[in-house]
Amino acid sequence: MPEPIIELDAISKSFGSIKVLDRLSMQVMPGEKLALIGPSGSGKTTILRILMTLERIDSGHIRIDGEQLYHMPRNSELRPADERHLARMRQKIGMVFQLFNLFPHKSVIDNVTLAPMLTKAMARPAAEQQAMALLEMVGLADQAKKMPAQLSGGQKQRVAIARALALAPKIMLFDEITSALDPELVEEVLNVMRKLAAETDMTMLLVTHEMGFAHDFADRVLFFDRGRIVEEGKPDDIFRQPKQERTQTFLRKIIAAGHRV
Amino acid sequence: MTEWSGYLGLILQGAVVTLELTLMGSALALVMAFIAGLGRLSRFFAVRALATLYIEFFRGTSIFVQLFWAYFVLPFVGLSLTPLQAGVLALGLNVGAYAAEVVRGAVQSVGWEQREACIALNLGRWQAMRHIILPQALLVMLPTFGNNAIELLKATAVVSLISLTDMTFQAQVVRAQTGSTLMPFATILVLYFAMAVVIAWAMRALERRLARGLDGIRV
Repeated sequence: MPEPIIELDAISKSFGSIKVLDRLSMQVMPGEKLALIGPSGSGKTTILRILMTLERIDSGHIRIDGEQLYHMPRNSELRPADERHLARMRQKIGMVFQLFNLFPHKSVIDNVTLAPMLTKAMARPAAEQQAMALLEMVGLADQAKKMPAQLSGGQKQRVAIARALALAPKIMLFDEITSALDPELVEEVLNVMRKLAAETDMTMLLVTHEMGFAHDFADRVLFFDRGRIVEEGKPDDIFRQPKQERTQTFLRKIIAAGHRV
Repeated sequence: MTEWSGYLGLILQGAVVTLELTLMGSALALVMAFIAGLGRLSRFFAVRALATLYIEFFRGTSIFVQLFWAYFVLPFVGLSLTPLQAGVLALGLNVGAYAAEVVRGAVQSVGWEQREACIALNLGRWQAMRHIILPQALLVMLPTFGNNAIELLKATAVVSLISLTDMTFQAQVVRAQTGSTLMPFATILVLYFAMAVVIAWAMRALERRLARGLDGIRV
């Protein structure tokens, strides 16, 4: 039995008086493809943001790849992690955002080469060679010299995926990456995701409202509500025979809203 | 008329001094703007306090008084400056204080999502500032920097009070010698305006250059 690559233990997080995560515990195995679904405000995006160190936790422990994320051992006790520890831990994790967050003043290829050159001291030729291979993979090799503003939303998101992959993280987080796209551009991004899932053994966490895609993509689906996991299981079980009433209601609403399952 | 061309030469000599003051003052102002502007955003309280103190002091007292301190009071503590040095120091520190707020505002105007992308790509604080935040903030700063530079150009006239022979000083000399007010002051009016136009044009050109390829929002 291999060790989990992500382990959340009793994580709580509040924004002001609103409790977003309530003593949440979960585990993810290496290579697992996980879909996190649930209504807005259920805490699923917060989990990704916490794993990417964009939000701090109020209490609990997180282990990534066998190491504490927000704590470090010092003289046989656990201390809060410092910036150096966080920087080392971030090497294991990459993230793709809902609104792409590309750097608008850098060309497509510079968006992809920047982080490897700065954080891994990769030489420009090597970084560019790697970037071109990644852009090839997402089908944008011919757009390498363009600026982000010249691309469509779907193209921007594919660049963002290539940019995150350039650091070769063990874990990739995808935060509603098709939510901001025009419907006809969603498929090109999902195709890249399918390819990625088939070709790599990266651990992937996906927050999404695309239930059909979640069904095909995920090994396991977690349904969140009010900061807790209400139900989890294989995609077929969650989507075809949800046990919890809360899950059934949510899926009915989603289907009524025109999303396919 | 030949006589007048001699006086014009005098005013042009002054124009060179005004140009020197403007260029050197702007250079100092730019350096101070980035030090104090980024200082105000520092994680460390002492750095923030020091930057705020500098900005509020130099914005809150008159450039005229600052110039007199630089030239007449500093010698008492053993620091004697030439009129040009005192002029550059006062102008640079004064305008730098205003421009520091421009730097701070522009850096803060760069969207939070850009910083989050930097964290997700594991860039260090300084790497993110240097490669992502500042290049985008610079575009926001430029129009106001143009204002600041033109303000500085016009403020150089106060240095005639510490006997630096700038354009305004020379115009007064010509006026005293010829008794004509119109000719010298019309001449420097045109010259100040011409210099301001050059600054404005240069800033526009720089802005256009930096804005190339960016989406319309930030231009």
